[in-house]
Amino acid sequence: MAGHGRDPADSRPLAGELTGSRTTTPAAVAAVFREEAGRLTAALVRILGNFDVAEEVVQDSLVAALERWPEQGIPDNPGAWLMTTARRRAIDILRRDRRYAEKIALLDHSTLPDDPAEADDRLRLIFTCCHPALPQDAQVALTLRAVAGFTTAEIAAAFLVAEPTMAQRIVRAKRKIVAANIPYRVPEGPDLPARLETVLAVLYLMFNEGYLSRGGAVAMRRDLAEDAMWLTSLVDRLMPNQPEVLGLLALMQLNVARSAARFDAAGDMVLLADQDRSRWDRDAIAEGVRTLDSAALLRRPGPYELQAAIAAVHAEARTWEETDWRQIVLLYDSLLRMGDSPVIRLNRAIAVSHVAGPQVALGEVNDLAMALGGYHLLHSARAELLEQLGEHELARQARLRALDLCQNPAERALLVRKQGG
Amino acid sequence: MKYVLLFGGTMEGVDQLPEDQRAQATADYEQSGKWFEKYYKNGKVIGGHELQGPGTATTVSRKDGRITVTDGPFIESKEVVGGFAVIEVADLDEALAMAKEWPGTVEIRPIVDHSRES
Repeated sequence: MAGHGRDPADSRPLAGELTGSRTTTPAAVAAVFREEAGRLTAALVRILGNFDVAEEVVQDSLVAALERWPEQGIPDNPGAWLMTTARRRAIDILRRDRRYAEKIALLDHSTLPDDPAEADDRLRLIFTCCHPALPQDAQVALTLRAVAGFTTAEIAAAFLVAEPTMAQRIVRAKRKIVAANIPYRVPEGPDLPARLETVLAVLYLMFNEGYLSRGGAVAMRRDLAEDAMWLTSLVDRLMPNQPEVLGLLALMQLNVARSAARFDAAGDMVLLADQDRSRWDRDAIAEGVRTLDSAALLRRPGPYELQAAIAAVHAEARTWEETDWRQIVLLYDSLLRMGDSPVIRLNRAIAVSHVAGPQVALGEVNDLAMALGGYHLLHSARAELLEQLGEHELARQARLRALDLCQNPAERALLVRKQGG
Repeated sequence: MKYVLLFGGTMEGVDQLPEDQRAQATADYEQSGKWFEKYYKNGKVIGGHELQGPGTATTVSRKDGRITVTDGPFIESKEVVGGFAVIEVADLDEALAMAKEWPGTVEIRPIVDHSRES
């Protein structure tokens, strides 16, 4: 690129002359990727008009950074470093194709926008990655890669999928974006609610995947739950006053606030009833409640806001016994009015057991046996209620059924312990 | 950008349906006529046809150099393609908006644009 007009990013030191002052811990690198990758991809999609190439060269620059930064330190201006690397890679790719001569000229003079408020295109990027024309597993993977700066290897590890499989999934999705001309745009008008719902479903799936594996045996470079929360607050910043965005954010915050108590010192899972509530993060709970309050102020409650409200009732109870179960039953009733679901009915039945006793609740759980016969939590809930009613043998059988159906190791261990006790 | 919309469903066998379903099918059919009218007029639809039912289909297939002619459509499925439209729109979202106004199932397929090849 020597001889071409150099922009400020080019004058930054590159490999070999780094004066990086930041420590290069995986968390520090992840934080930089998170901040920079989405902006960079968004800027390059705008310049190149080609999602596939833009996304690819940013990924290449992240991989290059992962190779160099641990030895040389994170550069003082990591965004510019990544931009320079991505741009060089883009020029390499585009040189092979004459039609892109103009784009190369544009690239030569491009820098990252200095004013983030002016040119934050990441929302468009998120809506493109989460387009309903793409399968959901690809929506999740693309969002993590293009917006949160995950590498393919990290996504594959997080979802326990072989890396080539994950790479293939991403390639296919990107090919479809280009071939079917999926637009790079924030949807408007009547399309927005359904499209936003798709985005939130992706973020919630990401969060749950990360949250459920927290405290598990596998140590990860990136904390998926943390990143999902970051992405949700990014959507909130770029698209303020959307009640369900705030509702989902509150739900995540309130769950994370309690996560330290979900596993005991031996690494075993602890149920909400038995958790040491002094280990809950009170400041984080207060923050979650504040987020929930700002959602409630908009007076358009949706399913995420209601689930967050349920989480808040739990979080604010000083003990399991002091939980306001009546309030929880009412919240589940509202949730059911928005959309009937046997899983919500099951959770409601558990709350009902604290208000109206195990016999009534067991009746409600049994009514769900047809719909949820293959769901381990139905059987463990039955076991719990039968135990309370003194039906120990039936409880034991129900727990065995739950064990048969349960895949999650932490939950299995819990069931085994109960069976033994 | 050109796409082909493949429409599911056919009027074949509709007269054998119970009264309420027949009425619905007839209403949908009228609706699809209006859809074509609207989008032909504003130039989004640049071609397309309703197809006669799968009972009228004949398939020519080729295997190991042998050509066989058989009765019926080649897609073995309960769903049948009842018609198609070629549309010219900005992007997939515009195609999706049009498809959502169609009274039935629609598959959207971008066409292969050979005109861009040099």
